[in-house]
Amino acid sequence: MNGEPACVIETRNLQINYGSFCAVKGVNLSIEPRTITALIGPSGCGKSTVLRSLNRMNDLVPGARVDGEVLFYGANLYAPEVDAVQVRRRIGMVFQKPNPFPKSIYENVAYGLRINGWRGTKASLDARVEAALRGAALWDEVKDKLQQSGLALSGGQQQRLCIARALAVEPEVILMDEPCSALDPIATLKIEQLMSELRQHYTIVIVTHNMQQAGRVADYTAFFLMDHDRAGQLIEYGPTSQIFSHPRDARTEAYISGRFG
Amino acid sequence: MLELEHSVNAPVASEPLQERRASGLRRRIRPGETFIQILLFLCACVSIATTFSIVIVLSREALSFFTEAGVSVGQFLTGTTWRPGAGHFGVLPLVNATILTSLIAMLVALPLGLGAALYLSEYASARIRGVLKPTLELLAGIPTVVYGYFALTFVTPLLRRVLGAETVQIYNMLSAGIVVGILITPLVATLSEDALSAVPDGLRNASFGLGATRWETAIKVVFPAASSGVIAACMVAMARAMGETMVVALAAGASPNLSLNPFEPAETMTGHIARISGGDLSYGTIDYQSLFAIGLLLFGMTLLLNILSRWVVRHVREVYD
Ligand SMILES: Nc1ncnc2c1ncn2[C@@H]1O[C@H](COP(=O)(O)OP(=O)(O)O)[C@@H](O)[C@H]1O
Ligand SMILES: [Mg+2]
Repeated sequence: MNGEPACVIETRNLQINYGSFCAVKGVNLSIEPRTITALIGPSGCGKSTVLRSLNRMNDLVPGARVDGEVLFYGANLYAPEVDAVQVRRRIGMVFQKPNPFPKSIYENVAYGLRINGWRGTKASLDARVEAALRGAALWDEVKDKLQQSGLALSGGQQQRLCIARALAVEPEVILMDEPCSALDPIATLKIEQLMSELRQHYTIVIVTHNMQQAGRVADYTAFFLMDHDRAGQLIEYGPTSQIFSHPRDARTEAYISGRFG
Repeated sequence: MLELEHSVNAPVASEPLQERRASGLRRRIRPGETFIQILLFLCACVSIATTFSIVIVLSREALSFFTEAGVSVGQFLTGTTWRPGAGHFGVLPLVNATILTSLIAMLVALPLGLGAALYLSEYASARIRGVLKPTLELLAGIPTVVYGYFALTFVTPLLRRVLGAETVQIYNMLSAGIVVGILITPLVATLSEDALSAVPDGLRNASFGLGATRWETAIKVVFPAASSGVIAACMVAMARAMGETMVVALAAGASPNLSLNPFEPAETMTGHIARISGGDLSYGTIDYQSLFAIGLLLFGMTLLLNILSRWVVRHVREVYD
């Protein structure tokens, strides 16, 4: 909460509009390094909107406007001199629907390195690809078919390929928007285990509509809710155990205990 | 009609429950549906039948050309002089001019058309696209004779001024090719744009999320994902260029000429057919029949292009979703 970068990302009075519609307002979040933070709340309360604002993916949405500040190690990502492309190279993203490129598994992972102007040898690129695939717990399953299309993999494998692709460029933060919602329970479990491992090196922010998932994987949980004019707000934010066992806000408790949303 | 009406009506409440339930499910006869199905089938048949009859007519006349004119297929395909008056029926000069003008056209249309398509699908805002795309489609509706005079009265004089009147002749393949290129640019652009915008946004977001710029995303992700559609668009455009008649007839000249020099005049296959059949040509003469042989060859060339494009599309395709 103070000025020193004890937190990787901090939002200050964040408000995001789509045209004249205010999707979220007054969001103050601070995310600590090497933690998993879950954003939960009912559908439409602005979780994805907030997540996208953390690496300026909202810039690509026509009509989206971000007010307030998003500080990355204390520097405002929305300052005029900041380059959104550079931001996304350091804050990666994994999407709800697995979206591997229609390229080989190898090229999927190498893509981020290539666009970053990879200058190394073929062998060192191979090594980076392998490291990323290992990091995403996918290496053993694909090491013999790196030249096959990424689309030939199962849904869960595709999502881990997308994670590997994000890991390859060595970001500091990984944003995940409901990464398991298109997956079966076993694939979901694998991704959750993976997240716990990634947490040792990366800061992870995950949107989930699945509260059990938040309870299982997240160190911190932020609960969002729409107010009467449909603008999302951050209702409560704290350690997951506290949010789940002793919520301070009655609305959080109602949501946790399944009374709405 | 009355019967139909009756079966549609809900059964009256006094009927026993069992009967009421079952009666709603009774199979209905829909004469309208059957009629429409037959009608649509006939439409499909007509277009196929038309194509077949064209091929048959072309082949029959071409056959009598080869049997009566004493020109072998080999001589026809490999001969380098086309002078019907002197009995020289070597089609290569015409084929050469057709291919040369079409290649020049593609050289113009590919960069312009693909650039426009990329701009429309990857850069333009919804509002700009809403204005530009219909405008582009409008261009495709300009009569080709207008393009022909545009070539003759604007592009040719311009070329002669820039490159020298002694280099560039009044009728030349370059001017015709450039204008055919302009003519097919909207085709390349709109068909490629369709292919590019069919690429799921998820792929773009994935690329942007890795820190790719718009250009990197367009060239390394969207374009490869749409490659089959883009290639198909280019093949369609190439076939269109080879078949284009008015522009080449007006601007490329009226003398069969086997030359690779684009500044020289040379008559194309279509240009020749248009000129000769426009004159007072009597039915059944050798000159008349020779046109069908040219037509058949042109048909074969576009068919080959089509088959080639299908083959390429199958092998290049990057499957998505
Ligand atoms: N691209 C967009 N354009 C306009 N409105 C949007 C857009 N994306 C989201 N919204 C609106 O913003 C609100 C929050 O959406 P979102 O962040 O997707 O919610 P969540 O992820 O919590 O379900 C919703 O009311 C939604 O309709
Ligand atoms: Mg969402």
